[in-house]
Amino acid sequence: MSQTFVLKKGLNIPIAGEAELRVSKTIAPGIVAVKPTDFKGFLPRLLVKEGDPVLCGSPVAADKKNADILLTSPVSGTVKEIVRGEKRKLLAILIESDGKRQCVDFGAKDASQLDAAQVREALLQSGLWPWLIQRPYGILANPEVRPRDIFVSTFSTAPLSADAAFCFGSELAAAQAGICALTKLTDGKVYVGLDGNAASSAFAGLKHCELNTFRGPHPAGNVGVQISHIAPIRKEDTVWTVSLAGLVAIGKLFTTGKYDVRRKVAVTGPMALQPSYVDALPGTPMQDLAAFFGNTPAEQLRVISGDVLSGTSVGAAGYLGYFDNQVTILREGTDQELLGWIRPFRFNQFSADRSYFSWLLPKKKYAMSTNLHGGPRAFLMNDGYYAKVLPMDLYPVYLAKACLAGDIEKMEKFGIYEVLPEDLATCEFVDPSKNNIQAMIEQGIDLMLKEMA
Amino acid sequence: MNSNFEKGGKFYWLHSTVDAFETFLHVPGTVTKKGSHVRDSIDLKRILILVVIAAVPAALFGMWNVGYQHGLAVGDLRLNIIGNWWYGFLRVLPLYLVSYIVGLGIEFASCQIRGEEVSEGYLVSGFFIPLIVPVDIPLWMLGVAVAFAVIFGKEVFGGTGMNIVNPAILTRAFLFFSYPNYMSGSDCWIHYKPTEQLVDGFTGATPLALDGASAQYGTGFWDLFIGTVPGSVGETSVIAILLGAVILLWTGIASWKIMVGGVLGVLFVGGIGDLAGITTIPCYMQLLYGGFAFGIVFMATDPVTSAQTECGKWIYGFLIGALCITVRLFNPGYAEGMMLAILLCNVFAPLIDHVVISTHISRREKKLKTA
Repeated sequence: MSQTFVLKKGLNIPIAGEAELRVSKTIAPGIVAVKPTDFKGFLPRLLVKEGDPVLCGSPVAADKKNADILLTSPVSGTVKEIVRGEKRKLLAILIESDGKRQCVDFGAKDASQLDAAQVREALLQSGLWPWLIQRPYGILANPEVRPRDIFVSTFSTAPLSADAAFCFGSELAAAQAGICALTKLTDGKVYVGLDGNAASSAFAGLKHCELNTFRGPHPAGNVGVQISHIAPIRKEDTVWTVSLAGLVAIGKLFTTGKYDVRRKVAVTGPMALQPSYVDALPGTPMQDLAAFFGNTPAEQLRVISGDVLSGTSVGAAGYLGYFDNQVTILREGTDQELLGWIRPFRFNQFSADRSYFSWLLPKKKYAMSTNLHGGPRAFLMNDGYYAKVLPMDLYPVYLAKACLAGDIEKMEKFGIYEVLPEDLATCEFVDPSKNNIQAMIEQGIDLMLKEMA
Repeated sequence: MNSNFEKGGKFYWLHSTVDAFETFLHVPGTVTKKGSHVRDSIDLKRILILVVIAAVPAALFGMWNVGYQHGLAVGDLRLNIIGNWWYGFLRVLPLYLVSYIVGLGIEFASCQIRGEEVSEGYLVSGFFIPLIVPVDIPLWMLGVAVAFAVIFGKEVFGGTGMNIVNPAILTRAFLFFSYPNYMSGSDCWIHYKPTEQLVDGFTGATPLALDGASAQYGTGFWDLFIGTVPGSVGETSVIAILLGAVILLWTGIASWKIMVGGVLGVLFVGGIGDLAGITTIPCYMQLLYGGFAFGIVFMATDPVTSAQTECGKWIYGFLIGALCITVRLFNPGYAEGMMLAILLCNVFAPLIDHVVISTHISRREKKLKTA
């Protein structure tokens, strides 16, 4: 039974630098990085050493808790360097590409003819398993578990996010094959969330799944928000989520037999020169995107893999995150603004609050920087101030405070099972007290993981 | 010069104070470190300065009224608007000086001790305090009360945002219980010097305390609405307070639910009192008397000490209105109940929220189980 959900709460952040719908460059990176840190809950055990030859799809690391879960190389070539951080923590495996794209052949199969064990085996072997994320907590899915349901959101409402129809609209067959494979892994349903903000969704024709449409501002496209409207996660539930990029990659594994995670990546942000799309791999070095940086010195830029709300600052020397299909380039806002807080008009600063006049210019896009716009304070505004940008049935400030206090009983009560930090990102954006609400939720989730283990 | 105030510098122990003045001058150049890389341009300074701006009409009117009431009392109405205002300004200015010097001094010192940035919270409390006390309050009493309220009402809980009761209301309550002679009755509300000759039949009582006795000022609807009656400095003019309410509601800083709830509470209990013959005052007039208007617009809506949940705000507002009128009608000892109503509801706000949230959560769980 498909439904349309109209979400009133939320906030679209009007930041300048939307990517033009064209692919300006196809990047064949000389070096790619496989970063175990991209996968929450993955404890890496290295399977390669420097100098080893790898193919596209060869395993390079396995999970210590479950040796079946593998990370594989997205290119063929040789392992160039193992990057370690403090306490020898494995940060990245750098692989030098030979440019030949030689792939491990996993064998094309018709997913609808396979059983659950075969699908699981194929995903684990190929290194596509980590696309399956378990809720609660947002960690790697456990292959031993059969989830209640599997959820896919086919769109993102995050600021400047890549246009799903442009990126994956031509891969409908692969997406369909992906859904056929996912249906084998659950006794419940595969739910697909469609974009209700566009006139029609490119993915409305998908079969073997339940389609629901979501209309509304960010975070309506977040899969966590969609789950809470379709079938909320309770304490005893486990559900899985897959991003659209993951769904397509899984589909391609079955239709072509190859590990293919190449995708269009939106290069966006107020500081990006001619923002547009590039064709790239996860782990692509940001240096390959140098053409977008212009002449601004690197220390004045913040290069984010992902969106401005929940992305990771990787720096101009970093690498694209495994799950990200967006890069955002911002200016570091280290400048001071004279008496800014009391000026009646600040037309170049956006605020969702009525004490500014941004609401007079609903179409204006702002060249936002990373300035905090104020000093950190204790929570002062009440819960409703934050709840109006969160389309979930939650009390965000109560949840954040319970996480800070490490009170598990209260965290459960206030809905820690239903959220990931990204779902409360809009609350963090509007917070006049400049609290790091996402970090608080993260802290709460980490405590839950420790206590529940 | 700033390097002296940085970590390891000679004057590092003063860094909170320096920060406070620096961030007063300009929005600092700090950048986001965790989480969302861009942030809204709103900050607490902006929100709190708007609250102060909203209270300015009430303050200006209050100063004029001090002069006007003095003129009425001595039977000398020669002063014009500016003259009256200036007279009042000179009387109210010392209250402001005491309120800010004592309050901000303690605030800076405690932020320094905690090593935090100085919060703007007291800018608002300090602006309200002179508006809710009688103009003739001795300054040392005000100083003691402010010190008590800021230390025991706020700093011991961890500063702005952590307090349970509103520091401004607590200041007033401290004065009321410690020095009742200066806070009630008919001698404190109008400023005049002991040597001045008063008009025949003069009374300094506020309209709430009058039993139809003759007075040099009117007590009709319009007198109360405009505010040309004695009372605490900023509380008398409903129209000036409504101007502030418009600003607070438009910007969304104050909750309309609390204000409407409060008005409903007053009408409910006031109406019962009227129907039962306890009082002859029609219930809508209760909205204009005493400190209700100022309290419900500026004090009850303080986001830190009010109820947090949407449903809780209705209950909280209603209770304040209802309690205020209950005290007025059933307590012969004290004419006004707004201060006590807010204080009590501040204390009960967390309980109200707890009940609202628990009910909401258990109802939701039941729904999910059956679904």
